[in-house]
Amino acid sequence: MIIGKVVGTVVSTIKHPAFHAWKLLVVQPMQLPGQPLEDDFIAVDAAHAGVGDTVLVCQEGNSTRQVIGNPNAPVRSSIVAVVDSLSISR
Amino acid sequence: MILGKVVGNVVATVKDEQLQGEKLLLVQLMNKAREPVGRPAAAIDVVDAGQGDFVFLVRMREASLATFPVVGPVDLAIVGIVETVNLINVDLELPFGDSRFA
Repeated sequence: MIIGKVVGTVVSTIKHPAFHAWKLLVVQPMQLPGQPLEDDFIAVDAAHAGVGDTVLVCQEGNSTRQVIGNPNAPVRSSIVAVVDSLSISR
Repeated sequence: MILGKVVGNVVATVKDEQLQGEKLLLVQLMNKAREPVGRPAAAIDVVDAGQGDFVFLVRMREASLATFPVVGPVDLAIVGIVETVNLINVDLELPFGDSRFA
């Protein structure tokens, strides 16, 4: 899973039915000091995350389909946890 | 899933059987600042998007699930039309040492 920051929300009324019950959040992967920024992406929220939260995101389709309970959903990325604290050593 | 903008359409008469009847649109993938990411790509459309629409898409294996039960040879599908994206500015750096986020 990657560590990311929820930096926004996406409002979309017309969408594939598999997304209807799910909040869509914009996630920016976080980087160590000096590392370049990666591209941001959109994930469904399965962990009651909010904008500004640090989260773990699973970007694997099968896992995400299990998490949202739909084996045929065209969904790939899901927020699976909100991070309380981190400890990183050099 | 990723944001994008519909920049055109694609007409292809000779194609794989499972793509027959699918609408193909040309999409420029974008980041949250609406800057282009990579080059424009053809995506199947399952939400009736139109020229100029901001959309969100799914890539790779999951794109072929967008037309379930038809599972065709697709790796990019438009799965939603985006009305608004609300963004905030936050620090994106993972600091060394201990950090609390609660």
